[in-house]
Amino acid sequence: MCDQTFLAITFGPCDSCSENRPLMNLYIKTEPINYCSLCMEIMACQGLASGETLKSLKAESETLRKKLEEERKKLHDVELEKVAEKAEALGELNMKTRRTLKGHGNKVLCMDWCKDKRRIVSSSQDGKVIVWDAFTTNKEHAVTMPTTWVMACAYAPSGCAIACGGLDNKCSVYPLSLDKDENLAAKKKSVAMHTNYLSGCTFTNSDMQILTSSGDGTSALWDVESGQLLQSFHGHSADVLTLDLAPSETGNTFVSGGSDKKANVWDLRSGQNVQSFDTHDSDINCVKYYPSGDAFASASDDSTCRLFDLRADREVSIYSKDSIMFGAASVDFSLSGRLLFAGYNDYTINVWDVLKGTRVAILFGHENRVSSLRVSPDGTAFCSGSWDNTLRVRQEGRGVGRELKQGGTTLYGSGPRAAVMSSERD
Amino acid sequence: MTSNSNVSNMRRLVEQLKLEASLERIKVSQAAAELQQYCHQNAAKDALLVGVPAGSNPFREPRSCNLF
Repeated sequence: MCDQTFLAITFGPCDSCSENRPLMNLYIKTEPINYCSLCMEIMACQGLASGETLKSLKAESETLRKKLEEERKKLHDVELEKVAEKAEALGELNMKTRRTLKGHGNKVLCMDWCKDKRRIVSSSQDGKVIVWDAFTTNKEHAVTMPTTWVMACAYAPSGCAIACGGLDNKCSVYPLSLDKDENLAAKKKSVAMHTNYLSGCTFTNSDMQILTSSGDGTSALWDVESGQLLQSFHGHSADVLTLDLAPSETGNTFVSGGSDKKANVWDLRSGQNVQSFDTHDSDINCVKYYPSGDAFASASDDSTCRLFDLRADREVSIYSKDSIMFGAASVDFSLSGRLLFAGYNDYTINVWDVLKGTRVAILFGHENRVSSLRVSPDGTAFCSGSWDNTLRVRQEGRGVGRELKQGGTTLYGSGPRAAVMSSERD
Repeated sequence: MTSNSNVSNMRRLVEQLKLEASLERIKVSQAAAELQQYCHQNAAKDALLVGVPAGSNPFREPRSCNLF
């Protein structure tokens, strides 16, 4: 097999629907069939089995839906907050801004940390993608994309490349070189091609594959070297706005959220939608896995964040307040999963106690919407990007030396019990 | 043909629902307990929760160097 070479068409007219799409390369009895991913899935479901009619299928789907609801209800024996009553209360948090990264000329739309816990890539509305050294605030690389609204960017696991895309409907990979004067744009590689804007992208465990989500309603897995579409994920009925890959120890799945208010969990290899959650009342802007991989959080335009447990197959907590009326754009967990940081369209970041469901801090400082928020790989800091053109790196300001007290309701750290709000203005 | 594609779509939906209905689920009490346990086990290492040791914090405010 290895000494054969053959031309595989990766993009072109589909043999079935005639649309220009990324093609799946399938061979039926040595004949190449060039179908787009959607037609391929439909092909698997063609025709009726004996005794089936459209009506019987409809009835069957209704019974199955009812059964799903019943099964889920049966297992709802207690609320997470009740179980967490015995957990230690969190003391007052003292988040300090350590670095402010200035240099973007327009709204920051997305950011990602490098695995070295030091570098950050960020992308903006004006098409600029910048790689920063967060320790020194120096800009190490800058690329101008041939498109505006670069809504997605990601750092490769090796730290040697970045991926980004937006209104150009593509995801492009730029290898980063040590030579600062090198023209990054010349080495650009177009990997993913969607039929609508790119909303999210992430490398999988290596630099070799990229997972993308798009306004065309699909997510897709691509081979970086060849640009080949490896797997496609259909199931959302509107734009897919966000995706997150499961932590590597827990296997090959990812979760996506969309304008159809649904969060779907997918198997990377088979393309199957294995679980679906639809309790949000509006678009889901961001999804993030809990560090253990057993749950994920979502941020939505309905101004709430929610926690969904994958093994219980249901929503287990909701993080909301009547006073929070603006949509949440981005979420991430702290290392232990106890804290949930969420960036909102009212320019604030709310920090939630994941277990107890209460808010433990509000962080001010940004002068426009917080569009993107990520905790660093070692959990020592988190970075937020905003429509005010800046990024801020923040840390917990208390020094270590305060012991965690076991049991009871003792607070972390000493000092008078403070109010919930901890404002921080620069 | 639309009737064929309706049928295909319905079949896809039914297959999808069958898959979701056959999932093995656990009780919320057990799931919640395990989430809590994970938090507890990792709380001491969580620098955003307990703080960063001042000596090893790369984001500390840079101190000025005195050159004599």
